[in-house]
Order: sequence, then structure tokens, then C-alpha cells
Amino acid sequence: MMFASFLLGRLNFDAFKHPVVTEGAAVGMVVGALLTLALVTYFRKWPYLWREWLTTTNHKKIGVMYLIVSTLMLLRGGSDALMMRTQQATSVGSSHGVLSADTFQQVVSAHGTIMIFFVGMGFMFALINLILPLQLGARDVAFPFMNATSFWLFTSGMLLVNLSLVVGDFSTAGWLAYPPLSELQYSPSSGVDYWIWSLQIAGIGSLMSGINFITTILRMRAPGMKLMQMPLFAWSVLGSMSLVAFAFPILTVTLALLALDRTIGTHFFTAGGGANAMMYVNLIWAWGHPEVYILVLPAFGIFSEIVPTFSRKRLFGYTSMVAAIWGIVFLSFTVWLHHFFTMGAGADVNAFFGIATMIIAIPTGVKIFNWLFTMYQGKIRFTSPMIYFMGFVFLFTMGGVTGVMLAVPAIDFQVHNSLFLVAHFHTMIVSGVLFGYFAGLTYWFPKAFGFKLNEALGKAAAYCWIIGFALAFGPLYILGLMGATRRLDHYDASTGWHPLFLVAGFGALVISCGVALQILQIIYSVLTRSWHRDLTGDPWNGRTLEWATASPPPFYNFAVLPLVRERDDFWASKQLAKPSNVQPKYEPFLELKSTGAPIIIAGFAFVFGFGIIWHIWWLVAVGFVGIIATLIARTGNDDAERVVSVAEIKKVEAEIVARMEHV
Amino acid sequence: MSELAETAVLHEERRHSDDKTMFGFWTYIMTDCVLFASLFATYAVLHNNTFGGPSGRTLFSLPYVLVETLALLTSSFTCGLAVLAAQRGFKKQVLFWFALTALLGLVFLGMELHEFHDFVAQGASWRRSGFLSAFFTLVGTHGAHITAGLIWMITMMTQVARRGLTRGTLRRLQLLGLFWHFLDIVWIFIFTIVYLQGVSL
Ligand SMILES: [Cu+2]
Repeated sequence: MMFASFLLGRLNFDAFKHPVVTEGAAVGMVVGALLTLALVTYFRKWPYLWREWLTTTNHKKIGVMYLIVSTLMLLRGGSDALMMRTQQATSVGSSHGVLSADTFQQVVSAHGTIMIFFVGMGFMFALINLILPLQLGARDVAFPFMNATSFWLFTSGMLLVNLSLVVGDFSTAGWLAYPPLSELQYSPSSGVDYWIWSLQIAGIGSLMSGINFITTILRMRAPGMKLMQMPLFAWSVLGSMSLVAFAFPILTVTLALLALDRTIGTHFFTAGGGANAMMYVNLIWAWGHPEVYILVLPAFGIFSEIVPTFSRKRLFGYTSMVAAIWGIVFLSFTVWLHHFFTMGAGADVNAFFGIATMIIAIPTGVKIFNWLFTMYQGKIRFTSPMIYFMGFVFLFTMGGVTGVMLAVPAIDFQVHNSLFLVAHFHTMIVSGVLFGYFAGLTYWFPKAFGFKLNEALGKAAAYCWIIGFALAFGPLYILGLMGATRRLDHYDASTGWHPLFLVAGFGALVISCGVALQILQIIYSVLTRSWHRDLTGDPWNGRTLEWATASPPPFYNFAVLPLVRERDDFWASKQLAKPSNVQPKYEPFLELKSTGAPIIIAGFAFVFGFGIIWHIWWLVAVGFVGIIATLIARTGNDDAERVVSVAEIKKVEAEIVARMEHV
Repeated sequence: MSELAETAVLHEERRHSDDKTMFGFWTYIMTDCVLFASLFATYAVLHNNTFGGPSGRTLFSLPYVLVETLALLTSSFTCGLAVLAAQRGFKKQVLFWFALTALLGLVFLGMELHEFHDFVAQGASWRRSGFLSAFFTLVGTHGAHITAGLIWMITMMTQVARRGLTRGTLRRLQLLGLFWHFLDIVWIFIFTIVYLQGVSL
């Protein structure tokens, strides 16, 4: 018995017993994973996979891998959403729906956690990785090794969240795990520990990415590119990553303190022992509010690229756009208390945070008007990214207005924790963040993969998302005003809420059609890629540097680093007569060799996290020593780089020319 | 392109890469500042919540902590000497000063652990109260950083001994020096806010 508990901690057979719904998902997931592994083995693709992908340090490949993981997680988080909508549409009066109360709370917590950390953050890092170095005219990010490590830590965290379906259970304490509910006394199972450690591991990866991209923007811009000549996407990433650098350490501390409470019996947020649970709520929102802007600023940046390109006009109010970004960055640290006006901090404190919250709407409003003025008198092409943009402007403005309503403490006291709030923040995150990222993915897809996505399917998907969103969340605003609180697994028929929940459920189905169309769009576009290859490298008649190189770009992005003289330099250079065929003067450069260390570190981090979750202390030791040993071995490697010679550049450039002439 | 010009181009790129690393490390230190700031804030909120247990006034011994502090401050000085010696290319001096730094760091860490052990033996462990949870976590996080610094230092001494002061080791030595001084500054805050104020309150 002693030996078993040493070997397995608190893990036992009960951890594998689940309700039918979870069991089905778990079996499906495990079978899917095994099938993938079997196929890779059958086609003998392991060496290729290891050499070209798992050990890569190239930002474009890392971006593609982020994209794959986030897409899978969008499906997982979306399934959770469908289950919630089904439950609330059916669990009324004498019927108790399809999920037990406990399973429902797990699904709610998993949906929020996955959508923010593994879909939102994942798509964001995918796009930054794919495009930022290209826009800056750089060959890679500042620290490619750290970039790969960030990605694999993100994947480790993702695996831990999903492992909770198979081994043990997930947190029932909501996506932010408020104590004392999330403390050991009230949540004794491993669920909250899964939540803590998946976020901790992925969060440290995000923090490293923050440092990495800040350094990339401030130290790796193409020769001549001044800060005020950067594309706005780069500016928005700089703002977002500055927020990461200031906010994520707070998350790290908060999660660590909760973990200490649960694991070694400290009293930070417990219901006694001189602890202070409201301190957790303050800390988590000191990270959580900036997190919203971490996600949405890059989406703003994407719209600032798309709108000028498809309006064939220079962006209106560049300087005010930059100022608005920094206004938002600064203000986002001064509003966190609006998440808990009901704490009882007093009228003065609530008034301060209420007013600060209203003020933050101003820079956001400036941005909306600047985009609209950019479109004014432009030659607008209504491509699918622009349709997402139109949906965004309409919905996001509604979300902003309801946000200002919530910023009034007196109103907030009425609708706190209601579905009105749920509808508000989904409007911001879906129409702001997701629509922005979808637009960006469509816009930059040809750059990353060398062919365009099918526009008809893309437009249909965009309309499904916009209409479905309005149908799914419009009723939630009304339900919230009628008094429906969030996370309800059951309600009484006399409330009269049922019809509205049915409409919301129908809206979720329409969104599902949108997702299905997006998947169809990708499959169809891959199959018919020879019809719409991008041979020019500039399929949309773009304005910024990423369009100045081939699609997909060679591994070094630019054979000769571009010289930048003004904003939208690429657009300006296209307006001039083409210079004569001067042979470009190539120079050698250094490239980091691929390395297995990042995936090994993340593997040990996974082992470490799993060990702590199940109190298997020898596994914790293995994970910890493994990480340290790999790092030491890595710092001792002075042979990490290779020289890319002029001959090699010439060879790759010749291949690109041949590829264009051949097709 | 001639081979000479080629190496000049690469040399310039390597110099730029060192500059990048330095900048990135400063950014990391800034994020670590935020991490410690959060822990200080936690301590500030909880430092009166003794929950019937001992307060800082009854627990802390200032002379003991002063010796601990002096050990760490001196180690920062010897670390500075080590980095100076590295820049001048004196390998033996580098090893000597780093050995002394590591020794002083170990003295500091040993004293801290002894203090922790003492508190726990008196029944004042992190389980006792919110105040003690915050105390152990704040001071312990600094101690964990010191431990990481010591592991790094030993790794670097091995590298310098084996390979000498190459471009790579030199760059890493500079980062290590920066890290060690940073921990020194954090400790001065801990000494003031936790110990000095804890005793006077
Ligand atoms: Cu907020």
C-alpha cells in the first residue's frame, strides 16, 4: 500500500470512471490520437516529422503548428459550447437535460479555459509567428530557440487540459477558479490542479513569447525602418506583448499561490487561517483584464492591415492609431476592479474604476472611426476578411456599448454574474478577437501556404458566424436582464426563459454551420490549390513588406534584407517604375540549427505537471531534473548555428524562380 | 564575396545577436520584477494576518539576517569582480572570484534554510497563518532564484574551465552577473520590508 501510494500518488482506478458523455469524448480523443500515430508510423513519416517540424526553430513552421493545435482546440471548445447550449435548451422544469450538474460545470470551465488559452492565445501566436518577422523584414524572431520552447510548452498545457477527460476530472470552478470554491476543502479532486498546471505551463510559454516578440520588434526591424514606419499589426503586437510582459507574471504568481494552498497547505485564499480570498480575485483580474486586450490588440492590428488593403487607401490616422494602442495598454491596468464592483470596496473606489472603464472606450472608438474613414471614398473589395470586418464593427460596437453600461457600478450590481455579462464578453471576444483572427488567417493564408482559400465558402462561413452569433448571444442579453445567472444547469419553467434559450441554441447551430463551412473551405482549397496558387507573392495588392517576398517565403524570408524609407514602403515601391535587373548582392547569414531540446523540455514539463496533479513526487523530480539538465546541456552547446552561404541563397532563389515559371 | 568580407558580415551579425540577447535579458528581468512585485503585494496584504500565531516581531532575529545580508552583498561585489576579470580575459581570476561568489551564495542559502527550519521547529510553518504563508513564499521565491543562480554559476565555471573565455561563455557570464545583482536588489527590498519593518511593527 505504501509502495503503491509512492508509485502512483493519489492516482487510482476511480480516476478512469466517467459519465457517458465524458467517456465518449475521451474514447474518441484517444482513438483519434492513436490513429494519427499509427498513420504516421505506417507511412514512415517519423523521420520527416522529427526533422522538419518537431525540432524546427523556424518561425513560419512554428506558426503553422500553433495553427493546427488551435484549430483542434477550437473544435474541442466549440463542442463544449454546443453541450452547454443543449443543456440549457433542454434542462427546464421536470426535464434535467443531458448533463449532470457536475459534468455541466466541468464543461463550462473547460470551455472558457480552452477558448482563451488554447484558441485565442494559440491563433494569436500563430499569426504573430507567421507574419510579424515578414512584416519587419527580418529573417526570424529574436530568439528562435525560445520561440520553439514557447510553442511546445503551450502544447504541453493543451495536452494536460485534454488529459483530464481521460484521467480524473476537470475543474468545476469556472474558467478563473475563484477560491474558496477552488480550494482543496471544496474541490478535493484533481480537477482544479489540472486547471492550474495546464495554465501555468502554457502561461510560462506565453511569457517567453512576450519577451521574444518585444525584442524582435525593437531589435530586428529591417534597415531603415523607424518605429513610426512599422505596419500597425507590428505596433499592435508590441502593445499586446508589453501587456504580456507585465500581466503574465501576475498570473504565474496567482496560480502558484493557489497551487501552494492546495498542495502544501498555505493560507493565501482559503476560508480561514488568516487568508484573503478577495486577494485572489484582485490578482487574477490584474492579469485578466489586460489579457482581454492582449487578445484583441493584434485583432485590431489585423483589421488595420486589411481595411487599407481592401479599400486601396492609406490607413486613416496612423499616429492616432498608435496612440490609441498605447492608451489602451496603459488604461487596461487601471480597470480590473470592474469585474467585482460587488466586492464592496465602497462608492469612491467603484466610481474610480467605473470612470476608468468608460474612458478606455475612447481609444477603441477612435480606432473604429479611423477604420471607417479609411474605407470612406476607397475602392472597396468585399472579400471575406472585409465581411468579418463589417460584422466586427457592428457587433463590437454593440459589445462596447453594453460594456459601458456594465461599467456603471449601479447597473453592474443588477446584472453582475448574469447572462448579460456573458453575452457582453462573448461579443468582445468572438466578434473582436475571433473575427479578427479569422480575417487575418484568410488574408495571410496565401502568404503562409502559397495558395488562396476559396472565397465563396469563406463568405458563407463568415455570414454563418455573424448571423449565428447574433442569434446565439442576442437572447442572452435579454435573459440576463430577465435575471438568468451564468452557469445554470437547470431552471424553472415559470421563469419564461425557455423560448430564448431555444433561440440561443439555434444560433449555436448556425455557428456550427460556419465552422463546418470553414473546414470544408480548407479541404476544398487544398484539393483545388493548383487553381489559385499565389505566384506573385502579392495576391491582394498589399502594402506591407510580407508581400514583398515569395509565397510561401524561403526559410530565410528575404534573400537581401529590404531597405525601408517610409510607411507602406512596399506599396510606394510598386508605384515607382520597376528598377532594372540589377543582380542583388547576397550576403551570408547565421541560422539556428534545428534542435530537439524544446520538445524535450516541454515533455519534462508535462511529466512535472502530471506528477504534481496526482501527487506522484518521484515523477515531479524526474520532470524537474529533466528540464534543468536539458537546459544545462543546451547552454553548453556552442555549435547551435550554421552559416547560410551565398551559394545556398542563390540555389534557393533559383528554385523559387523555377517554381514560378514551371506552374 | 571574399572570405574576409564574409567573416566581417558574420562577425557584425554575431555582435548584433549579443546585443539582442542583452536586451531580451533585461526584458526578462523586468518581468521578474513584476513577479516579485506581486509577491510583495501579497505579503503587504497578509502581513498582519497572524491568525493567533507568531508575528515577525517575535520570530525575526535582526543580527542573524544582517549577517545573511552581508554575505549576499559581498557575493554581489565578488561577482562584479569576476565579470570584470572576464572582460579582461583573466580566466583564473574569473574562476577564483566566481568560486568565492558561489561560496558566499551557499552561505546565504544555508542561513536562510536554517532560519526556515528554525521557524518550522517553533511551530511557525507556512501552514500556521496567512502571514507566514506570504513570508515563506516571498523569501522562498528569492531563495529559489538564488539556487537557480548557483546552478547556473557552477555550469558557467565548468564551461570557463573547459573552454576558456570564448564569445559564448563571455556573453553568458555577463547575463549571470546581471541576474546576480538583480537578486541582490530584490533582497534589499525583502530585508527592508519584511525584516526591518517586521521587527519594528
Ligand atoms: Cu475587464
